Amino acid sequence: MGSVGAKDVPVLLSPEGLRIDGRRLDELRPIRIQAGPLHQADGSAFVEWGANKVMAAVYGPREVHPRHLQQNHKAVIQCKYNMAAFSVDERKRPGLDRRSQEISKVIAEAFESVVFAEEFPRTSIDVYIEVLQANAGTRCAGLVAASVALADAGIPMVDLLPAVAVGKVAGQIALDLKKEEDNFGEADLPMALVPQSGRLVLLQMEGHMTPEELSRSLDLGVQGCKAIYEKMKQALRDRYTTARLPAEGP
Amino acid sequence: MKPGAGTYRVGGKLYASVLGLLSPRPPFLSVVPLSGRYIPKAGDTVIGTVTDCQTTFWLLDIGAPRWAPLHVTGTPWKVEVGETDHYLHVGDAVVVRVESLEATGRIGVTMLGEGLGKLEDGTIVIVSPARIPRVVGRNGSMIQTITSHTGAQMAVGQNGRIWIGGSPEAIQRAREALEMIEEHGQRAGLSDRVESYLVSTDRTGERGPERPPTETAHRDAVPHELPPEPAGDLEPDEPETNSDDY
Repeated sequence: MGSVGAKDVPVLLSPEGLRIDGRRLDELRPIRIQAGPLHQADGSAFVEWGANKVMAAVYGPREVHPRHLQQNHKAVIQCKYNMAAFSVDERKRPGLDRRSQEISKVIAEAFESVVFAEEFPRTSIDVYIEVLQANAGTRCAGLVAASVALADAGIPMVDLLPAVAVGKVAGQIALDLKKEEDNFGEADLPMALVPQSGRLVLLQMEGHMTPEELSRSLDLGVQGCKAIYEKMKQALRDRYTTARLPAEGP
Repeated sequence: MKPGAGTYRVGGKLYASVLGLLSPRPPFLSVVPLSGRYIPKAGDTVIGTVTDCQTTFWLLDIGAPRWAPLHVTGTPWKVEVGETDHYLHVGDAVVVRVESLEATGRIGVTMLGEGLGKLEDGTIVIVSPARIPRVVGRNGSMIQTITSHTGAQMAVGQNGRIWIGGSPEAIQRAREALEMIEEHGQRAGLSDRVESYLVSTDRTGERGPERPPTETAHRDAVPHELPPEPAGDLEPDEPETNSDDY
């Protein structure tokens, strides 16, 4: 990573306080969530969040593969986050890398804290997240998609897991960074919230913030998560009402 | 009210743990799931496929979280040790009964009993286990409707696997009827809708007129676990929310 010349940095915040895509600092990108687009999987969800497009599929609880991962008292949660080669401008080299392994791990651990895994001993709950198009915040979009997919798969959980990233852009705390803001901003802080208890089950940070900024960021992120939570619940309701009411008769 | 299935309690409040319909049946308040894998119950008749042959048992995929072992002593055959594959091969379909459930998640099944055994022909259709009460209907009315209009034979497993036998044409029509039930499972007037569809696609007669769902329609085939539902569409209970104060 070389230093970026001042000339190359886009204007991230206008004098009127609007961001590069016209949003205010506390505004989310548009989100659309569809529950159950895949029929083969036990549960699935598709999330379009700004320019992000993420598909999640859940299988299980089912027999554990490989066997040695089996736990005698609970289900193991295995997560695979993957970015398609065509998901970014410059071709992403396919397959596992450090970044996707890390994201798979933190997402699996976030779900471990909400899923009632003891109900299904010696089984595995497999979560697959495929990023088809990426524009910053894909781990949050993936988590939201996977969470709706888990609910669609009928898996007992404490709550859905809304997630969002907060960042620092042109010296200001901003909600839900898009690509340019992520690349040229000063900090990025993804988080996932359990609305029922108010606990955070995923929190990572890249960049620099003062303690005061961090505290304001957390407040803003929690507020964003609550808005996303409503959309997740609505997606699940739609699955069993409007979306399932095709034309009358055969 | 006490916390029933599909719920959990934190700090004097009851929350839903699964996506489903609220079912208040005093003294329990439970949530009936709308989706999910088959959760085995002792006594259920299920249809499974063989996934593995061991020396003294077969492993069956019955759509549950775990594979279910069928021991040779649970079959009507005298199987010598190591000769399990003389009787059932990987991929064969069987009708079995759930006998025992252990805390480890092990599901014991048996093939001894009326209506149990190996399936030799026909087709297996998989629907969501949550739809089974609708497929069967009140006292088997829905199954009766389908078999009598199509001439197919059917066996329904509580695990959402349905065996259909008969002529290829009968199987195809029964399969279409099941697809309809999957699609319109939550709606009222399902029986009438399926019946009018079967009548209208009957090649032996003229294409019958479309019968609109009538007022009495939703009496049929409403699974008795569910609370009385309003005609028309059904609003699922708030999933995963914290609004279920009691």
